[in-house]
Amino acid sequence: MIRIDNLSKYYHDFCAVDQINFEINKGEILGLLGPNGAGKTTVLRMITGFLRPTSGTISVKDLTIDEDKLEIKKLLGYLPESAPLYHDMIVYDYLNFVASIRGLKEKEKIPRIKELADVCGLNEVMHRPINELSKGYKQRIGLAHAMMSDPEILVLDEPTSGLDPNQIAEIRDIIRQIGKKKTIIISTHILSEAEATCDRVVIINQGKIVLDGSTDTLKHSTGEENLVHITLVGADLKNVQDTLGSIVGVKSIESVKNHEDTEQTKCICRTSKDTRGELYQKLKETDWILTEFYQETQSLENIFRKLTREN
Amino acid sequence: MEQVVTIFKKEFKTYFISPIAYIVISLFLVVTGWFFFSTFFLFNQATLRNFFGLLPITFSFVIPAVTMRLFSEEFNVGSYELLLTMPVTFREVIVGKFFAGVAFITIILLSTLAYPVAVSFLGDLDWGPVWGGYIGAILLGASFCSIGLFASSLTRNQIIAFITAMAICFALTLIDKMLFFLPHNMLGVLSYLGADYHFQNISKGIIDSRDVIYFLSVIFIGLYGAHLAVEERY
Repeated sequence: MIRIDNLSKYYHDFCAVDQINFEINKGEILGLLGPNGAGKTTVLRMITGFLRPTSGTISVKDLTIDEDKLEIKKLLGYLPESAPLYHDMIVYDYLNFVASIRGLKEKEKIPRIKELADVCGLNEVMHRPINELSKGYKQRIGLAHAMMSDPEILVLDEPTSGLDPNQIAEIRDIIRQIGKKKTIIISTHILSEAEATCDRVVIINQGKIVLDGSTDTLKHSTGEENLVHITLVGADLKNVQDTLGSIVGVKSIESVKNHEDTEQTKCICRTSKDTRGELYQKLKETDWILTEFYQETQSLENIFRKLTREN
Repeated sequence: MEQVVTIFKKEFKTYFISPIAYIVISLFLVVTGWFFFSTFFLFNQATLRNFFGLLPITFSFVIPAVTMRLFSEEFNVGSYELLLTMPVTFREVIVGKFFAGVAFITIILLSTLAYPVAVSFLGDLDWGPVWGGYIGAILLGASFCSIGLFASSLTRNQIIAFITAMAICFALTLIDKMLFFLPHNMLGVLSYLGADYHFQNISKGIIDSRDVIYFLSVIFIGLYGAHLAVEERY
């Protein structure tokens, strides 16, 4: 659907985006992650035709941004960061203006605006000036703006920034709902959001792509090492090490200091593969009481930190 | 073309949402009304020459106030990003905004039609120069409007846009009154640059193609400058 080849952007001497390549398939929800100032917004602005790439090409379907910018703009719906709307307009007037620019026919306009007001929950503010509304409402108007012409691709720049948890949940619901039919690019630095909504993530740091993969494979593939947490009552570490150390794949067993309860032994098994079955079989044969047993999978957050904090 | 009309309508409506439009109109009427009628009865002539004579000066500060927000406000709020990521071209945005400014200035001028009507009751008014004056005033207003639009496209600060536009408009108005300070061999060119000189020609009721071409060139240069400035941001 969208192909990005060797895309770079320089602001004078400062390199904001450095030779990035990626592709977005039809029907995919792609999360663009990265710390603040990593170049996420710049990438999105180039895709939406707001900024000129210094070098490289962006193609949407078989159109390229250099030649068919206007056609690409028609395929895209864009919600910029913090939804900078015309604040002295009334919500209805604003949506009507967007509908006209998006080339909706006179008859289609009102039904479409009503439909979007339902989807985005704007019915009760339709006749109020935009500058009187809360951030959550502005964000929803921004979403309605982006979806006006029912575009095939939606580009959302930090759609949930600055919202309260209820509003975040609402916006995510809307995104997931429309994501069933559309291709969506979301930029965010909130990782749980990417985990919850995206099929695939691309992590950018200092203008370069440091990781590109689907959210599921990410969690599994990067675990060269699994950590199994075990808490036992009535055992000491020495015995535990003797009992479990013989299992193939267990690399080491360390105790975790427990301040309060001396009865319990908490330990972490470092294993090179998934050995939970064997561990449990061994533990069953002893008379220790097992109070806790779980495997820590490497979360997106850990991956993100590891990749973006090196410099 | 449809996009131009849509942007024009939106910009034109926005003028009347905020109180600025009404303040500018009333201020303009107070200033021109005072300067016109305070000397009108002394001359004892049924003519609007005095009104049109002052128009370039008053326009030099009224029109920048009208046009300063056209781009600057959008840059400042960020709505420019929303606008430009919709299927519009730079040209459509510029032309739409320009005509919104011109339409607003036409509204201001329409409200001054009360002067010639009042004068025609007092004496025998020759309507020829009056219509010429109004055609000239619209051309002059459109020229200053394109200069204001250009100034607005340079900066996100409305005050800077206002002052820049005012400086250019004043310079164009006053240049032919400053000629005796300037080198002798350049007089011909420089006097041709003066907006006031061309405007006074038309307001006498003589519509000469040279004057019309002058105003059209200023409009074109202003809009082209705005186009360059906006493209620079892309």
